[in-house]
Amino acid sequence: MKIKIRDCRNTLLLLMLPLLTGCGNQWGWYVVNPSTEQGRGNLKFLIGGLGNTILLSVCALLISVVLGLLVALPGLSENRWLRWFNRVYVELVRAVPLLVLLLWVYYGLPIAAGISINVFWAGVIALALSDSAFEAEIFRAGIQSIAKGQTEAARTIGLNYRDTMRFVILPQAIRRILPPLGNQLVYMLKISSLVSIIGMQELTRRANELVVTEYRPLEIYTILVIEYLILILIVSQGVRWLERKMGSDERG
Amino acid sequence: MSETNQTVAAIEMVDVCKWFGDFQALKDVNLRVDTSEKVVICGPSGSGKSTAIRCINRLERHESGQISVDGINLTDDKSSVAAIRAEVGMVFQQFNLFPHLTVIENLTLGPIRARGMSESAARNLAESYLERVRIPEQAEKYPGQLSGGQQQRVAIARSLCMEPKILLFDEPTSALDPEMIAEVLEVMAELADSGMTMIVVTHEMGFARKVADTMVFMDHGRVVESAPPEQFFSNPRTDRCQEFLSQILSH
Ligand SMILES: Nc1ncnc2c1ncn2[C@@H]1O[C@H](COP(=O)(O)OP(=O)(O)O)[C@@H](O)[C@H]1O
Ligand SMILES: [Mg+2]
Repeated sequence: MKIKIRDCRNTLLLLMLPLLTGCGNQWGWYVVNPSTEQGRGNLKFLIGGLGNTILLSVCALLISVVLGLLVALPGLSENRWLRWFNRVYVELVRAVPLLVLLLWVYYGLPIAAGISINVFWAGVIALALSDSAFEAEIFRAGIQSIAKGQTEAARTIGLNYRDTMRFVILPQAIRRILPPLGNQLVYMLKISSLVSIIGMQELTRRANELVVTEYRPLEIYTILVIEYLILILIVSQGVRWLERKMGSDERG
Repeated sequence: MSETNQTVAAIEMVDVCKWFGDFQALKDVNLRVDTSEKVVICGPSGSGKSTAIRCINRLERHESGQISVDGINLTDDKSSVAAIRAEVGMVFQQFNLFPHLTVIENLTLGPIRARGMSESAARNLAESYLERVRIPEQAEKYPGQLSGGQQQRVAIARSLCMEPKILLFDEPTSALDPEMIAEVLEVMAELADSGMTMIVVTHEMGFARKVADTMVFMDHGRVVESAPPEQFFSNPRTDRCQEFLSQILSH
Protein backbone atom coordinates (compact mmCIF):
# COMPACT_ATOMS: atom_id res chain seq x y z
CA MET A 1 0.00 0.00 0.00
CA LYS A 2 2.73 2.46 1.03
CA ILE A 3 4.82 1.62 -2.00
CA LYS A 4 1.80 1.97 -4.27
CA ILE A 5 1.04 5.50 -3.13
CA ARG A 6 4.66 6.57 -3.54
CA ASP A 7 4.60 5.06 -7.03
CA CYS A 8 1.54 7.07 -7.92
CA ARG A 9 3.02 10.26 -6.59
CA ASN A 10 6.25 9.72 -8.50
CA THR A 11 4.36 9.03 -11.67
CA LEU A 12 2.46 12.27 -11.25
CA LEU A 13 5.62 14.24 -10.57
CA LEU A 14 7.29 12.73 -13.62
CA LEU A 15 4.29 13.68 -15.69
CA MET A 16 4.38 17.25 -14.51
CA LEU A 17 8.13 17.79 -14.75
CA PRO A 18 8.41 18.43 -18.51
CA LEU A 19 5.32 20.60 -18.35
CA LEU A 20 6.66 22.85 -15.64
CA THR A 21 10.14 23.26 -17.07
CA GLY A 22 11.43 22.88 -20.60
CA CYS A 23 8.97 24.30 -23.00
CA GLY A 24 9.21 27.90 -21.86
CA ASN A 25 7.19 30.31 -23.93
CA GLN A 26 4.28 28.17 -25.02
CA TRP A 27 3.28 27.50 -21.44
CA GLY A 28 1.18 29.93 -19.54
CA TRP A 29 0.98 28.42 -16.11
CA TYR A 30 0.16 31.82 -14.70
CA VAL A 31 -3.55 30.99 -15.23
CA VAL A 32 -3.36 28.53 -12.39
CA ASN A 33 -0.44 29.93 -10.42
CA PRO A 34 -1.50 29.72 -6.78
CA SER A 35 0.72 32.66 -5.81
CA THR A 36 -1.35 35.12 -7.83
CA GLU A 37 -4.88 36.11 -7.08
CA GLN A 38 -6.06 35.28 -10.60
CA GLY A 39 -4.42 31.85 -10.47
CA ARG A 40 -5.85 31.10 -7.05
CA GLY A 41 -9.31 32.11 -8.21
CA ASN A 42 -9.04 29.94 -11.30
CA LEU A 43 -7.79 26.93 -9.34
CA LYS A 44 -10.61 27.33 -6.86
CA PHE A 45 -13.08 27.51 -9.72
CA LEU A 46 -11.72 24.32 -11.29
CA ILE A 47 -11.57 22.31 -8.08
CA GLY A 48 -15.01 23.61 -7.20
CA GLY A 49 -16.43 21.08 -9.67
CA LEU A 50 -15.06 18.18 -7.62
CA GLY A 51 -17.95 18.12 -5.17
CA ASN A 52 -20.49 17.81 -7.97
CA THR A 53 -18.53 15.12 -9.77
CA ILE A 54 -18.45 13.05 -6.60
CA LEU A 55 -22.03 13.77 -5.55
CA LEU A 56 -23.34 13.01 -9.03
CA SER A 57 -21.43 9.72 -9.21
CA VAL A 58 -22.35 8.56 -5.74
CA CYS A 59 -26.06 9.40 -6.17
CA ALA A 60 -26.13 7.69 -9.55
CA LEU A 61 -24.36 4.63 -8.14
CA LEU A 62 -26.75 4.32 -5.20
CA ILE A 63 -29.80 4.50 -7.45
CA SER A 64 -28.30 2.14 -10.01
CA VAL A 65 -27.55 -0.37 -7.25
CA VAL A 66 -31.19 -0.40 -6.16
CA LEU A 67 -32.40 -0.56 -9.77
CA GLY A 68 -29.84 -3.24 -10.56
CA LEU A 69 -31.03 -5.41 -7.69
CA LEU A 70 -34.66 -4.97 -8.73
CA VAL A 71 -33.74 -6.07 -12.24
CA ALA A 72 -31.41 -8.89 -11.15
CA LEU A 73 -33.94 -10.70 -8.92
CA PRO A 74 -36.45 -11.42 -11.71
CA GLY A 75 -33.51 -12.72 -13.72
CA LEU A 76 -33.00 -15.43 -11.12
CA SER A 77 -36.64 -16.46 -11.03
CA GLU A 78 -37.99 -19.76 -12.27
CA ASN A 79 -40.71 -17.83 -14.07
CA ARG A 80 -39.87 -17.49 -17.77
CA TRP A 81 -41.55 -14.10 -18.15
CA LEU A 82 -39.66 -12.58 -15.25
CA ARG A 83 -36.39 -13.84 -16.73
CA TRP A 84 -37.46 -12.43 -20.06
CA PHE A 85 -38.06 -9.02 -18.46
CA ASN A 86 -34.53 -9.13 -17.02
CA ARG A 87 -32.95 -9.97 -20.38
CA VAL A 88 -34.90 -7.34 -22.29
CA TYR A 89 -34.10 -4.62 -19.75
CA VAL A 90 -30.39 -5.42 -19.69
CA GLU A 91 -30.07 -5.69 -23.47
CA LEU A 92 -32.06 -2.53 -24.20
CA VAL A 93 -30.37 -0.33 -21.64
CA ARG A 94 -26.93 -1.54 -22.66
CA ALA A 95 -27.69 -0.76 -26.28
CA VAL A 96 -28.33 2.97 -25.73
CA PRO A 97 -25.20 5.18 -25.68
CA LEU A 98 -24.95 7.12 -22.45
CA LEU A 99 -24.69 10.47 -24.20
CA VAL A 100 -27.88 9.77 -26.13
CA LEU A 101 -29.66 8.68 -22.98
CA LEU A 102 -28.49 11.84 -21.25
CA LEU A 103 -29.80 14.12 -23.99
CA TRP A 104 -33.08 12.26 -24.05
CA VAL A 105 -33.56 12.45 -20.27
CA TYR A 106 -32.68 16.15 -20.13
CA TYR A 107 -34.46 17.43 -23.24
CA GLY A 108 -37.03 14.71 -23.97
CA LEU A 109 -38.28 13.38 -20.67
CA PRO A 110 -39.59 16.74 -19.36
CA ILE A 111 -41.77 17.03 -22.45
CA ALA A 112 -42.87 13.40 -22.46
CA ALA A 113 -43.67 13.31 -18.74
CA GLY A 114 -44.65 16.95 -18.28
CA ILE A 115 -42.16 17.49 -15.46
CA SER A 116 -39.17 19.71 -15.06
CA ILE A 117 -35.79 18.21 -14.35
CA ASN A 118 -32.67 20.12 -13.41
CA VAL A 119 -29.29 19.20 -14.84
CA PHE A 120 -28.16 17.43 -11.70
CA TRP A 121 -31.09 15.01 -11.60
CA ALA A 122 -31.08 14.53 -15.35
CA GLY A 123 -27.44 13.51 -15.00
CA VAL A 124 -28.14 11.22 -12.05
CA ILE A 125 -31.06 9.53 -13.82
CA ALA A 126 -29.17 8.98 -17.06
CA LEU A 127 -26.05 7.67 -15.33
CA ALA A 128 -28.10 5.47 -12.97
CA LEU A 129 -30.24 3.99 -15.76
CA SER A 130 -27.30 3.23 -17.96
CA ASP A 131 -25.31 1.71 -15.11
CA SER A 132 -28.23 -0.30 -13.71
CA ALA A 133 -27.92 -2.86 -16.49
CA PHE A 134 -24.33 -3.51 -15.49
CA GLU A 135 -25.25 -3.62 -11.81
CA ALA A 136 -27.99 -6.12 -12.61
CA GLU A 137 -25.44 -8.43 -14.20
CA ILE A 138 -23.07 -8.01 -11.25
CA PHE A 139 -25.85 -8.89 -8.80
CA ARG A 140 -27.08 -11.81 -10.86
CA ALA A 141 -23.59 -13.29 -11.05
CA GLY A 142 -22.97 -12.66 -7.34
CA ILE A 143 -26.21 -14.27 -6.25
CA GLN A 144 -25.85 -17.18 -8.65
CA SER A 145 -22.41 -17.92 -7.24
CA ILE A 146 -24.03 -18.75 -3.89
CA ALA A 147 -24.69 -22.47 -4.02
CA LYS A 148 -28.21 -23.68 -4.74
CA GLY A 149 -27.97 -25.72 -1.55
CA GLN A 150 -28.17 -22.52 0.50
CA THR A 151 -31.58 -21.63 -0.94
CA GLU A 152 -32.78 -25.19 -0.49
CA ALA A 153 -31.66 -25.29 3.12
CA ALA A 154 -33.41 -21.98 3.77
CA ARG A 155 -36.61 -23.28 2.18
CA THR A 156 -36.59 -26.48 4.21
CA ILE A 157 -36.44 -24.47 7.45
CA GLY A 158 -39.50 -22.59 6.30
CA LEU A 159 -38.00 -19.24 5.25
CA ASN A 160 -39.98 -17.42 2.60
CA TYR A 161 -38.39 -15.81 -0.47
CA ARG A 162 -37.79 -12.45 1.19
CA ASP A 163 -36.18 -13.85 4.32
CA THR A 164 -34.10 -16.28 2.27
CA MET A 165 -32.70 -13.37 0.27
CA ARG A 166 -32.29 -11.11 3.25
CA PHE A 167 -30.72 -13.45 5.77
CA VAL A 168 -29.07 -16.16 3.69
CA ILE A 169 -28.27 -15.19 0.11
CA LEU A 170 -27.57 -11.44 0.05
CA PRO A 171 -25.21 -11.38 3.07
CA GLN A 172 -23.07 -13.95 1.28
CA ALA A 173 -23.46 -12.41 -2.17
CA ILE A 174 -22.45 -8.96 -0.91
CA ARG A 175 -18.86 -10.10 -0.37
CA ARG A 176 -18.59 -10.98 -4.01
CA ILE A 177 -20.57 -7.96 -5.18
CA LEU A 178 -18.79 -5.15 -3.31
CA PRO A 179 -15.47 -5.20 -5.18
CA PRO A 180 -17.07 -5.00 -8.66
CA LEU A 181 -19.36 -2.27 -7.27
CA GLY A 182 -16.26 -0.30 -6.32
CA ASN A 183 -15.05 -0.61 -9.87
CA GLN A 184 -18.39 0.69 -11.07
CA LEU A 185 -17.86 3.76 -8.90
CA VAL A 186 -14.51 4.40 -10.59
CA TYR A 187 -16.21 4.02 -13.97
CA MET A 188 -18.99 6.36 -12.86
CA LEU A 189 -16.56 9.07 -11.72
CA LYS A 190 -14.96 9.05 -15.15
CA ILE A 191 -18.10 8.80 -17.24
CA SER A 192 -19.84 11.56 -15.24
CA SER A 193 -17.68 14.01 -17.24
CA LEU A 194 -20.23 13.54 -20.03
CA VAL A 195 -22.86 15.37 -17.99
CA SER A 196 -20.89 18.58 -18.65
CA ILE A 197 -22.60 18.51 -22.04
CA ILE A 198 -25.93 19.58 -20.56
CA GLY A 199 -24.30 22.20 -18.34
CA MET A 200 -23.70 20.38 -15.09
CA GLN A 201 -21.05 22.30 -13.12
CA GLU A 202 -18.67 19.43 -12.48
CA LEU A 203 -14.93 19.12 -13.10
CA THR A 204 -15.04 18.94 -16.88
CA ARG A 205 -17.62 21.69 -17.30
CA ARG A 206 -15.61 24.03 -15.08
CA ALA A 207 -12.51 23.41 -17.17
CA ASN A 208 -14.42 24.06 -20.39
CA GLU A 209 -15.80 27.34 -19.07
CA LEU A 210 -12.42 28.52 -17.87
CA VAL A 211 -10.84 27.70 -21.22
CA VAL A 212 -13.40 29.91 -22.90
CA THR A 213 -12.49 32.91 -20.74
CA GLU A 214 -8.74 32.34 -20.36
CA TYR A 215 -7.77 30.84 -23.75
CA ARG A 216 -5.29 28.45 -22.08
CA PRO A 217 -6.62 25.00 -23.03
CA LEU A 218 -3.29 23.20 -22.61
CA GLU A 219 -2.74 24.23 -18.99
CA ILE A 220 -6.35 24.00 -17.91
CA TYR A 221 -7.01 20.59 -19.45
CA THR A 222 -3.73 19.37 -18.00
CA ILE A 223 -4.98 20.35 -14.58
CA LEU A 224 -8.26 18.57 -15.40
CA VAL A 225 -6.37 15.37 -16.27
CA ILE A 226 -4.47 15.60 -13.00
CA GLU A 227 -7.68 16.19 -11.03
CA TYR A 228 -9.23 13.01 -12.44
CA LEU A 229 -6.00 11.05 -12.00
CA ILE A 230 -5.75 11.89 -8.31
CA LEU A 231 -9.44 11.24 -7.68
CA ILE A 232 -9.46 7.90 -9.50
CA LEU A 233 -6.18 6.70 -7.99
CA ILE A 234 -7.47 7.36 -4.48
CA VAL A 235 -10.77 5.60 -5.11
CA SER A 236 -9.04 2.66 -6.83
CA GLN A 237 -6.80 2.22 -3.80
CA GLY A 238 -9.92 2.15 -1.65
CA VAL A 239 -11.46 -0.51 -3.88
CA ARG A 240 -8.29 -2.65 -3.67
CA TRP A 241 -8.33 -2.36 0.09
CA LEU A 242 -11.97 -3.45 0.08
CA GLU A 243 -11.17 -6.42 -2.15
CA ARG A 244 -8.45 -7.59 0.20
CA LYS A 245 -10.63 -7.13 3.26
CA MET A 246 -13.55 -9.03 1.72
CA GLY A 247 -11.22 -11.79 0.58
CA SER A 248 -9.66 -12.30 4.00
CA ASP A 249 -13.05 -12.24 5.73
CA GLU A 250 -14.33 -15.26 3.83
CA ARG A 251 -15.37 -17.90 6.33
CA GLY A 252 -16.05 -21.57 5.88
CA MET B 1 -50.69 -53.74 7.79
CA SER B 2 -54.49 -53.65 7.71
CA GLU B 3 -54.77 -51.50 10.84
CA THR B 4 -52.20 -48.91 9.71
CA ASN B 5 -53.89 -48.52 6.35
CA GLN B 6 -56.90 -46.97 7.99
CA THR B 7 -54.95 -44.17 9.65
CA VAL B 8 -53.51 -41.27 7.67
CA ALA B 9 -50.04 -42.06 6.37
CA ALA B 10 -47.19 -39.73 7.37
CA ILE B 11 -46.11 -39.75 3.74
CA GLU B 12 -47.91 -41.21 0.80
CA MET B 13 -46.62 -41.20 -2.77
CA VAL B 14 -48.90 -42.63 -5.43
CA ASP B 15 -47.72 -43.19 -9.01
CA VAL B 16 -45.34 -40.25 -8.83
CA CYS B 17 -43.54 -39.35 -12.06
CA LYS B 18 -40.86 -36.73 -12.59
CA TRP B 19 -39.05 -35.65 -15.74
CA PHE B 20 -35.94 -33.54 -16.21
CA GLY B 21 -36.53 -32.43 -19.78
CA ASP B 22 -36.80 -35.64 -21.78
CA PHE B 23 -35.32 -37.77 -19.04
CA GLN B 24 -37.74 -39.51 -16.72
CA ALA B 25 -36.14 -39.57 -13.26
CA LEU B 26 -39.12 -41.09 -11.40
CA LYS B 27 -41.40 -43.74 -12.88
CA ASP B 28 -44.63 -44.45 -11.01
CA VAL B 29 -43.06 -44.31 -7.59
CA ASN B 30 -45.30 -45.63 -4.82
CA LEU B 31 -44.26 -45.26 -1.22
CA ARG B 32 -46.13 -45.24 2.02
CA VAL B 33 -44.55 -44.23 5.30
CA ASP B 34 -46.48 -44.46 8.54
CA THR B 35 -46.01 -42.26 11.56
CA SER B 36 -42.83 -43.24 13.44
CA GLU B 37 -41.82 -45.57 10.64
CA LYS B 38 -38.18 -45.56 9.48
CA VAL B 39 -37.64 -46.16 5.79
CA VAL B 40 -34.17 -46.60 4.34
CA ILE B 41 -33.81 -46.11 0.59
CA CYS B 42 -30.83 -47.50 -1.26
CA GLY B 43 -29.94 -48.04 -4.88
CA PRO B 44 -27.27 -47.24 -7.42
CA SER B 45 -26.24 -43.66 -8.09
CA GLY B 46 -28.65 -41.90 -10.44
CA SER B 47 -31.54 -44.22 -9.62
CA GLY B 48 -33.73 -41.35 -8.41
CA LYS B 49 -33.38 -41.61 -4.61
CA SER B 50 -32.64 -37.92 -4.08
CA THR B 51 -35.28 -36.85 -6.56
CA ALA B 52 -37.88 -39.01 -4.80
CA ILE B 53 -37.35 -37.47 -1.38
CA ARG B 54 -36.86 -33.97 -2.76
CA CYS B 55 -40.31 -34.20 -4.32
CA ILE B 56 -41.79 -34.72 -0.87
CA ASN B 57 -40.92 -31.18 0.28
CA ARG B 58 -41.14 -29.60 -3.18
CA LEU B 59 -37.47 -29.01 -3.79
CA GLU B 60 -38.44 -30.75 -7.01
CA ARG B 61 -41.89 -30.59 -8.56
CA HIS B 62 -43.47 -33.89 -9.58
CA GLU B 63 -45.31 -33.92 -12.87
CA SER B 64 -47.90 -36.56 -12.17
CA GLY B 65 -49.14 -38.75 -9.37
CA GLN B 66 -49.99 -37.72 -5.84
CA ILE B 67 -47.96 -36.88 -2.79
CA SER B 68 -49.51 -36.23 0.57
CA VAL B 69 -47.91 -35.56 3.91
CA ASP B 70 -49.96 -36.10 7.05
CA GLY B 71 -53.09 -35.88 4.93
CA ILE B 72 -52.04 -32.60 3.26
CA ASN B 73 -52.10 -32.95 -0.50
CA LEU B 74 -49.01 -31.45 -2.15
CA THR B 75 -50.09 -29.17 -5.00
CA ASP B 76 -48.83 -26.05 -6.78
CA ASP B 77 -50.73 -24.10 -4.15
CA LYS B 78 -48.14 -22.26 -2.06
CA SER B 79 -50.00 -22.84 1.17
CA SER B 80 -49.83 -26.61 0.76
CA VAL B 81 -46.09 -26.37 0.12
CA ALA B 82 -45.60 -24.19 3.18
CA ALA B 83 -47.75 -26.47 5.35
CA ILE B 84 -45.78 -29.51 4.29
CA ARG B 85 -42.41 -27.85 4.73
CA ALA B 86 -43.44 -26.93 8.25
CA GLU B 87 -43.77 -30.65 9.03
CA VAL B 88 -40.81 -31.98 7.07
CA GLY B 89 -37.16 -31.34 7.89
CA MET B 90 -34.29 -32.24 5.61
CA VAL B 91 -30.63 -33.06 6.08
CA PHE B 92 -28.38 -32.79 3.03
CA GLN B 93 -25.27 -34.62 1.94
CA GLN B 94 -23.35 -31.32 1.79
CA PHE B 95 -24.78 -30.04 5.12
CA ASN B 96 -25.75 -26.70 3.52
CA LEU B 97 -25.12 -24.76 6.70
CA PHE B 98 -25.11 -20.97 6.35
CA PRO B 99 -21.37 -20.14 6.40
CA HIS B 100 -21.82 -16.48 7.35
CA LEU B 101 -23.80 -17.30 10.50
CA THR B 102 -22.63 -18.87 13.75
CA VAL B 103 -23.91 -22.27 14.78
CA ILE B 104 -26.48 -20.79 17.11
CA GLU B 105 -27.61 -18.29 14.44
CA ASN B 106 -27.95 -21.16 11.97
CA LEU B 107 -30.25 -22.87 14.44
CA THR B 108 -32.37 -19.90 15.51
CA LEU B 109 -32.94 -18.35 12.06
CA GLY B 110 -35.84 -20.66 11.17
CA PRO B 111 -37.60 -20.55 14.56
CA ILE B 112 -37.38 -16.73 14.68
CA ARG B 113 -38.25 -15.96 11.06
CA ALA B 114 -40.57 -18.79 10.08
CA ARG B 115 -42.16 -19.69 13.41
CA GLY B 116 -42.23 -16.21 14.91
CA MET B 117 -40.43 -17.26 18.09
CA SER B 118 -38.78 -14.74 20.36
CA GLU B 119 -35.00 -14.64 20.24
CA SER B 120 -34.58 -15.97 23.75
CA ALA B 121 -37.05 -18.81 23.27
CA ALA B 122 -35.35 -19.75 20.01
CA ARG B 123 -31.98 -19.69 21.73
CA ASN B 124 -33.17 -21.99 24.49
CA LEU B 125 -34.60 -24.35 21.93
CA ALA B 126 -31.40 -24.27 19.88
CA GLU B 127 -29.24 -24.94 22.92
CA SER B 128 -31.33 -27.93 23.91
CA TYR B 129 -30.95 -29.45 20.44
CA LEU B 130 -27.23 -28.72 20.34
CA GLU B 131 -27.05 -30.63 23.61
CA ARG B 132 -28.91 -33.45 21.98
CA VAL B 133 -26.44 -33.71 19.08
CA ARG B 134 -23.66 -33.38 21.68
CA ILE B 135 -21.97 -30.16 20.61
CA PRO B 136 -23.30 -27.49 23.00
CA GLU B 137 -19.80 -25.99 23.28
CA GLN B 138 -19.66 -25.06 19.58
CA ALA B 139 -22.58 -22.62 19.65
CA GLU B 140 -20.61 -19.47 18.89
CA LYS B 141 -18.37 -20.93 16.19
CA TYR B 142 -18.80 -20.61 12.44
CA PRO B 143 -19.52 -23.76 10.40
CA GLY B 144 -16.13 -23.46 8.68
CA GLN B 145 -14.43 -23.96 12.03
CA LEU B 146 -16.06 -27.35 12.66
CA SER B 147 -15.27 -30.84 11.45
CA GLY B 148 -17.55 -32.45 8.87
CA GLY B 149 -19.17 -34.67 11.48
CA GLN B 150 -19.85 -31.70 13.72
CA GLN B 151 -21.27 -29.72 10.80
CA GLN B 152 -23.66 -32.49 9.90
CA ARG B 153 -24.81 -32.72 13.54
CA VAL B 154 -25.42 -28.96 13.50
CA ALA B 155 -27.46 -29.45 10.33
CA ILE B 156 -29.52 -32.13 12.07
CA ALA B 157 -30.04 -29.83 15.05
CA ARG B 158 -31.07 -27.04 12.68
CA SER B 159 -33.81 -29.26 11.22
CA LEU B 160 -34.92 -30.33 14.69
CA CYS B 161 -35.32 -26.71 15.77
CA MET B 162 -38.29 -26.49 13.41
CA GLU B 163 -39.78 -29.40 15.40
CA PRO B 164 -40.75 -31.38 12.32
CA LYS B 165 -42.81 -34.56 12.41
CA ILE B 166 -40.81 -36.07 9.60
CA LEU B 167 -37.11 -35.95 8.76
CA LEU B 168 -35.63 -36.67 5.34
CA PHE B 169 -31.93 -37.54 5.09
CA ASP B 170 -30.18 -37.49 1.71
CA GLU B 171 -26.95 -39.46 2.09
CA PRO B 172 -26.05 -37.65 5.31
CA THR B 173 -22.72 -39.42 5.77
CA SER B 174 -21.50 -39.64 2.17
CA ALA B 175 -19.46 -36.44 2.39
CA LEU B 176 -17.83 -37.40 5.69
CA ASP B 177 -14.44 -38.84 6.48
CA PRO B 178 -14.85 -42.44 7.70
CA GLU B 179 -13.95 -41.66 11.31
CA MET B 180 -16.83 -39.15 11.54
CA ILE B 181 -19.58 -41.32 10.14
CA ALA B 182 -20.28 -43.11 13.40
CA GLU B 183 -20.97 -39.95 15.43
CA VAL B 184 -23.60 -38.82 12.91
CA LEU B 185 -25.23 -42.26 12.62
CA GLU B 186 -25.39 -42.46 16.39
CA VAL B 187 -27.34 -39.21 16.59
CA MET B 188 -29.66 -40.46 13.84
CA ALA B 189 -30.23 -43.76 15.63
CA GLU B 190 -31.18 -41.89 18.80
CA LEU B 191 -33.64 -39.81 16.81
CA ALA B 192 -35.13 -42.99 15.40
CA ASP B 193 -35.54 -44.34 18.93
CA SER B 194 -37.37 -41.19 19.96
CA GLY B 195 -40.14 -42.04 17.49
CA MET B 196 -39.34 -39.62 14.68
CA THR B 197 -40.69 -40.55 11.26
CA MET B 198 -37.68 -40.83 8.97
CA ILE B 199 -36.74 -41.50 5.37
CA VAL B 200 -33.02 -42.06 5.04
CA VAL B 201 -31.18 -42.41 1.76
CA THR B 202 -27.96 -44.15 2.70
CA HIS B 203 -25.58 -46.93 1.83
CA GLU B 204 -24.72 -47.56 5.48
CA MET B 205 -26.21 -51.02 5.65
CA GLY B 206 -25.23 -51.62 9.29
CA PHE B 207 -27.31 -48.60 10.25
CA ALA B 208 -30.12 -49.72 7.96
CA ARG B 209 -30.29 -53.18 9.53
CA LYS B 210 -30.44 -51.70 12.99
CA VAL B 211 -32.89 -48.85 12.41
CA ALA B 212 -35.05 -49.52 9.35
CA ASP B 213 -38.61 -50.79 9.55
CA THR B 214 -38.73 -50.92 5.78
CA MET B 215 -35.98 -51.18 3.19
CA VAL B 216 -36.62 -49.73 -0.25
CA PHE B 217 -34.45 -50.43 -3.29
CA MET B 218 -34.66 -48.06 -6.26
CA ASP B 219 -33.27 -48.53 -9.74
CA HIS B 220 -33.75 -46.48 -12.92
CA GLY B 221 -36.38 -44.28 -11.32
CA ARG B 222 -38.50 -47.15 -9.99
CA VAL B 223 -39.10 -48.64 -6.59
CA VAL B 224 -37.95 -52.16 -7.36
CA GLU B 225 -38.18 -53.71 -3.95
CA SER B 226 -39.72 -52.78 -0.60
CA ALA B 227 -39.52 -55.13 2.37
CA PRO B 228 -38.68 -55.42 6.07
CA PRO B 229 -34.89 -55.55 6.57
CA GLU B 230 -34.67 -59.25 7.58
CA GLN B 231 -36.34 -60.30 4.39
CA PHE B 232 -34.65 -57.63 2.29
CA PHE B 233 -31.12 -58.62 3.27
CA SER B 234 -31.57 -62.38 3.48
CA ASN B 235 -33.81 -62.92 0.54
CA PRO B 236 -33.97 -60.10 -2.03
CA ARG B 237 -36.48 -60.91 -4.76
CA THR B 238 -34.86 -59.27 -7.75
CA ASP B 239 -31.48 -59.89 -9.35
CA ARG B 240 -30.72 -56.17 -9.52
CA CYS B 241 -31.18 -55.79 -5.79
CA GLN B 242 -29.19 -58.93 -5.05
CA GLU B 243 -26.34 -57.69 -7.21
CA PHE B 244 -26.43 -54.24 -5.62
CA LEU B 245 -26.41 -55.64 -2.09
CA SER B 246 -23.53 -57.98 -2.78
CA GLN B 247 -21.51 -55.04 -4.12
CA ILE B 248 -22.34 -52.79 -1.18
CA LEU B 249 -21.85 -55.41 1.52
CA SER B 250 -18.51 -56.55 0.12
CA HIS B 251 -17.06 -53.12 0.93
N1 LIG C 1 -31.73 -30.90 -11.84
C1 LIG C 1 -31.57 -31.96 -12.67
N2 LIG C 1 -31.56 -31.77 -14.00
C2 LIG C 1 -31.42 -32.81 -14.86
N3 LIG C 1 -31.27 -34.08 -14.46
C3 LIG C 1 -31.27 -34.35 -13.15
C4 LIG C 1 -31.41 -33.30 -12.19
N4 LIG C 1 -31.36 -33.84 -10.95
C5 LIG C 1 -31.19 -35.16 -11.14
N5 LIG C 1 -31.15 -35.48 -12.45
C6 LIG C 1 -31.01 -36.82 -13.03
O1 LIG C 1 -32.01 -37.63 -12.49
C7 LIG C 1 -31.51 -38.91 -12.19
C8 LIG C 1 -31.75 -39.24 -10.76
O2 LIG C 1 -30.96 -38.38 -9.95
P1 LIG C 1 -30.92 -38.49 -8.37
O3 LIG C 1 -32.29 -38.49 -7.86
O4 LIG C 1 -30.00 -37.44 -7.88
O5 LIG C 1 -30.25 -39.93 -8.17
P2 LIG C 1 -29.64 -40.55 -6.86
O6 LIG C 1 -29.91 -39.64 -5.72
O7 LIG C 1 -30.31 -41.87 -6.74
O8 LIG C 1 -28.18 -40.71 -7.14
C9 LIG C 1 -30.03 -38.90 -12.55
O9 LIG C 1 -29.87 -39.50 -13.80
C10 LIG C 1 -29.70 -37.45 -12.63
O10 LIG C 1 -28.71 -37.22 -13.59
MG1 LIG D 1 -28.54 -38.56 -4.51
